[in-house]
Amino acid sequence: MALPSGIEALDKAFSGIGVDEKSLIDIIAKSNDEHRTSLRKGCPKLFVEDDNGFERSDQSCIENLKHQFNRFRDAVVLSLLHPWERDARLIEEAIRKGPKSYSVIVEIACTRSSNQLLGARKAYHSLFDHSIEEDLAAHIKDGERKLLVALVSAYRYEGPNVKEAAAKSEAEILYNALNNADETKPLDHEDVVMILATRSKLHLQALYQHYNKTYDKTLTQDLEEGILKDTVECLCTPEAYFHRVLDAALEQDADEESKGALSRVIVTQNELLRKEGYVPNKIQDTLLGFYKDFMLGLIASGDIQENNS
Amino acid sequence: MATLKVPAHVPAPSEDAEQLRKAFEGWGTNEQLIIDILAHRNAAQRNSIRKTYHEAYGKDLLKSLDEELTSDFERAVVLFTLDPAERDAYLANESTKRFTSSNWVIMEIACTRSSHELFNVRKAYHARYKKSLEEDVAHHTKGDYRKLLVPLVSAFRYEGEEVNLTLAKSEAKILRDKISDKQYSDEEVIRIVTTRSKAQLNATLNHYNNAFGNAINKDLKADADDEFLKLLRAAIKCLTVPEKYFEKVLRQAINKMGTDEWALTRVVTTRAEVDMVRIKEEYQRRNSVTLEKAIAGDTSGDYEKMLLALIGAGEV
Repeated sequence: MALPSGIEALDKAFSGIGVDEKSLIDIIAKSNDEHRTSLRKGCPKLFVEDDNGFERSDQSCIENLKHQFNRFRDAVVLSLLHPWERDARLIEEAIRKGPKSYSVIVEIACTRSSNQLLGARKAYHSLFDHSIEEDLAAHIKDGERKLLVALVSAYRYEGPNVKEAAAKSEAEILYNALNNADETKPLDHEDVVMILATRSKLHLQALYQHYNKTYDKTLTQDLEEGILKDTVECLCTPEAYFHRVLDAALEQDADEESKGALSRVIVTQNELLRKEGYVPNKIQDTLLGFYKDFMLGLIASGDIQENNS
Repeated sequence: MATLKVPAHVPAPSEDAEQLRKAFEGWGTNEQLIIDILAHRNAAQRNSIRKTYHEAYGKDLLKSLDEELTSDFERAVVLFTLDPAERDAYLANESTKRFTSSNWVIMEIACTRSSHELFNVRKAYHARYKKSLEEDVAHHTKGDYRKLLVPLVSAFRYEGEEVNLTLAKSEAKILRDKISDKQYSDEEVIRIVTTRSKAQLNATLNHYNNAFGNAINKDLKADADDEFLKLLRAAIKCLTVPEKYFEKVLRQAINKMGTDEWALTRVVTTRAEVDMVRIKEEYQRRNSVTLEKAIAGDTSGDYEKMLLALIGAGEV
């Protein structure tokens, strides 16, 4: 008979993000047939009683397990790739996956530097024999297309010059576009797309400040959930964006899409996160095994690595 | 192929810089010497000369040229001396200004440069004007023109020769449907023209011609006065047969009452190091007279000499 603690431990080893490899070895490697049977009986999530007298595996759950085992592998590969290839592959995957993943495209287009985005566009040519904008435009038929294509095509000025007057008047243009009862949806509004997709980040951050001061609410607050809101967040308040996405990934009921953000954000933003000293609250409790060690290793301060060696 | 003729033995940049300095000194200016040097050096060589001139005399060569020369000759020399990416950035910026505004020049630059060249223009634009090319183009255009021009200048087209014939077929049909409905600035038309690789676009247009009996530009001539349609047709021409586009610009510049010097200068200085050989062939084929003869008949003085030197007339 396996100890109840063994069953509990097995359940625990599979109940987070990633798997607790060490526990699995401890529980299963030395167990005999009898133990295994009681493990299976004690694990209704993975095994169900079959009419023919055996505990049958639930294949879809096993599939999900594969997912969990692969997180460490995928995170390792992601962090080894050249940033340009990494971003190009992330974008290609997002295009394939559809609307749920549009925010990934926004994230990459808006949080990378101009030259990093150019690099991703070059890598995309090499990897997929197409340009990002042609694949994006061909796959997306709905309202988001204009904004997304414009965002990935941008090569924003990165110097210090900002025209305060223009930032102010454009804050007003955005306010009107978002708060007027007129029919044009913000995503279809040509000035909204123009401002967000072509202006420099410093300009947009100045615009954000003006908006806040003038209308007593932030531009982000005035936007509904969706890529427009993600765009503004990524361009004007990227740290807040990344914290939000990481926290959402660690929520109890987070879906696979949200969880995917963990590896992506931690791998691509690890220097930023490390500098801030930001370690998401639930990461210790929710992540398991090598995956947890890897993620923590990426963002925790240098000391941890030295201790392990 | 380029028509620019560079001597077999090129003097050191410091020698050239010194000679140019001499050309500026004294009462007059030695225009012939300026042409002999600058019209016979490639982009890398001209950049070296500019750098050396600045180090030796504490002044940008272009500034000296601006002070010493005038009118069309000056414009031709200054434009040609600029590094190609800087030159295009300059021309694009000029095109967004009110009195020199031109959607055509922006379209021409966006469509006839390679993907990498276009990106170099965008970089040069940042450096020189402290803003992005796309924000200026967006800011200075509206409606259909903005819809077409911003994606054109922002494109980073795939440059391979691979072509998907099934896609060419389906996109030719899309274009046909939109054109039949007179939806010339429809999202799908813009998408195909502004994002597909040049090879893919060419395949699509060939299929269009085969399947529907007319070249697409013929079908786009429905409304003779529609300025947007003219621009769209020109963009398509630039993307697929640029030498024919440039031949037409030259022909119209030369045949115009008086001459359109700005167009003439622009085409000669921007294509001398690229595909002027093909453009000349196209010109002769279409006009039964060589480009040299046409330019000589229509311009004069140092301006004429500069243009002729750039298109390869005469000795090195």
